[in-house]
Amino acid sequence: MIMTKEKTSAIHIDNKNLNHSPMEMQNKEIFTSKNFNLWYGDNHALKNINLSFHENEISAIIGPSGCGKSTYIKSLNRMVELVPIVRTEGEILYRDTNILDKNMTVEELRTKVGMVFQKPNPFPKSIYDNVAYGPRIHGIKDKKTLDQVVEKSLRQAAIWDEVKDRLNDNAYGLSGGQQQRICIARTLAVEPDIVLMDEPTSALDPISTIKIEDLMQELKKEYSIIIVTHNMQQAARVSDKTAFFYQGNVIEYNDTNIIFENPHDKRTEDYVTGRFG
Amino acid sequence: MVDLNIRERIANNQRSKLVEKTVPIVLFSITIISVLTTIGILYTLIVETVHFFGRVSIVEFLTSTKWNAFSSTPSWGIFPLILGTLKIVVIGAIVAVPTGIGAAIYLSEYASDRTRRIIKPILEVLAGIPTVVYGAFAITFVTPFLQSFIPPLNHFNALSPGIVVGIMILPMIASLTEDALSSVPNSMREGSLGMGATKFETVSKVVLPAAISGVGAAVVLGLSRAIGETMIVSIAAGSTPNSSFNILESLQTMTGFIVQVTSGDAAFGTDVYYSLYAVGMTLFIFTLAMNMISQWITKRFREEY
Repeated sequence: MIMTKEKTSAIHIDNKNLNHSPMEMQNKEIFTSKNFNLWYGDNHALKNINLSFHENEISAIIGPSGCGKSTYIKSLNRMVELVPIVRTEGEILYRDTNILDKNMTVEELRTKVGMVFQKPNPFPKSIYDNVAYGPRIHGIKDKKTLDQVVEKSLRQAAIWDEVKDRLNDNAYGLSGGQQQRICIARTLAVEPDIVLMDEPTSALDPISTIKIEDLMQELKKEYSIIIVTHNMQQAARVSDKTAFFYQGNVIEYNDTNIIFENPHDKRTEDYVTGRFG
Repeated sequence: MVDLNIRERIANNQRSKLVEKTVPIVLFSITIISVLTTIGILYTLIVETVHFFGRVSIVEFLTSTKWNAFSSTPSWGIFPLILGTLKIVVIGAIVAVPTGIGAAIYLSEYASDRTRRIIKPILEVLAGIPTVVYGAFAITFVTPFLQSFIPPLNHFNALSPGIVVGIMILPMIASLTEDALSSVPNSMREGSLGMGATKFETVSKVVLPAAISGVGAAVVLGLSRAIGETMIVSIAAGSTPNSSFNILESLQTMTGFIVQVTSGDAAFGTDVYYSLYAVGMTLFIFTLAMNMISQWITKRFREEY
């Protein structure tokens, strides 16, 4: 477990008391930010972020609106650069490669680090073509492989049974929750290493939300997931670790149960108990 | 507290019932005028066309490949006039469709805000140039310029006015296509870029297909303007109905013939006079068909996001 503050050792003791050895528990690091700073023009949106995320875990990022959580997750696949006035400093290591390095090709990074967006955004194409989009642009052309990829991805996204008889229908004919699972299938089709989810259920009804949360637990076996959510219950339900962002700073980062039950910072406590945000 | 008697004053307010009653009547009359005008034009067109076919065989009109209205032994085959129009439209389309769509893709997907703010108004100025200026440009500049490396090019020809018609409809196609591309939500682009697609893959495989109804409508509307274009072809294409596919020779379009007749070459009540309406009717059918195709494309390929 990597901490931003000197409280690390104290937490380790907490964990030992729970009969866990933190070193054994610790999965491999997938993302490590070192003194990462980001500006939108003159607005210093992310300040000295030091954070590590780990393999086969679900890491949640919570915080009030405007705290920088979405900006941060979009930095991890450099989608944040679509805003032309963005400037960054520091390092974000993806499995030991600095993704902010000039030599890093964003296409390669985004193939390995997939993203599910806030609003379901399927392409106005058939369900099949949506899921086959990624493999196709990456050069997989033969029908048989594509058929298998589409089926596998839709099964992984727990939507195969609902759509298998209408793969050629436009994805826009589906409900919002189904569309979002199509988008998850689309992301999984290129077999990414990590899946970023930027408030993936904020536009969905409660039943679809639960389906996607269950799905995340399944996906965690094969993928590492980083999720931004404004819904604290969701973070508590699904994640292994939680980072609390406030005004562009990481206030606290720890095991999810500690963040919600025994936070070390007063601001975290105020936020998770609903006193602000 | 000051008593303003607001409730009482509202209750006593006398609104003019007359205005409420007359406004819709006036507005309806104004609307009906434009409808009646259209119906009137159509009625005249149809009646006079029928009259023309009382004098000249419709079979000859549709099947003969010779149009010679002013001869003492006239022939009335519409084919050369349609072919003239199509030559201009095809050349115009070859110029305007790829460049117009290319310019729109650049402006919508690649250009910075600053570049777009400079270039778009310039394109729109191009759309505001009177067609007679384009016609003069075709015959005084483009034709001599083309002749310098295509010596057999006639002084009046299809190539030069075709190219200039293309330049004329280019801003319209570019501008409408740009609107269609910009209305594709950014979440589509993000979805594609987030999969590791390149910018060009995103444009060609997601944005353009998503905007295809708007792009198709832009092209069809541009082409229907090219069909109806009159001034450029009257000036630079000549007035020789021509049934060969050679684009270096003089030709006459449907619109060009109408100009020729209405500018005084034919007396009232003659066959030539009535042929005007038959040609006008043919032209109307063409532009109507284009409009219907455009609407069909918009509906058929409309994407809801």
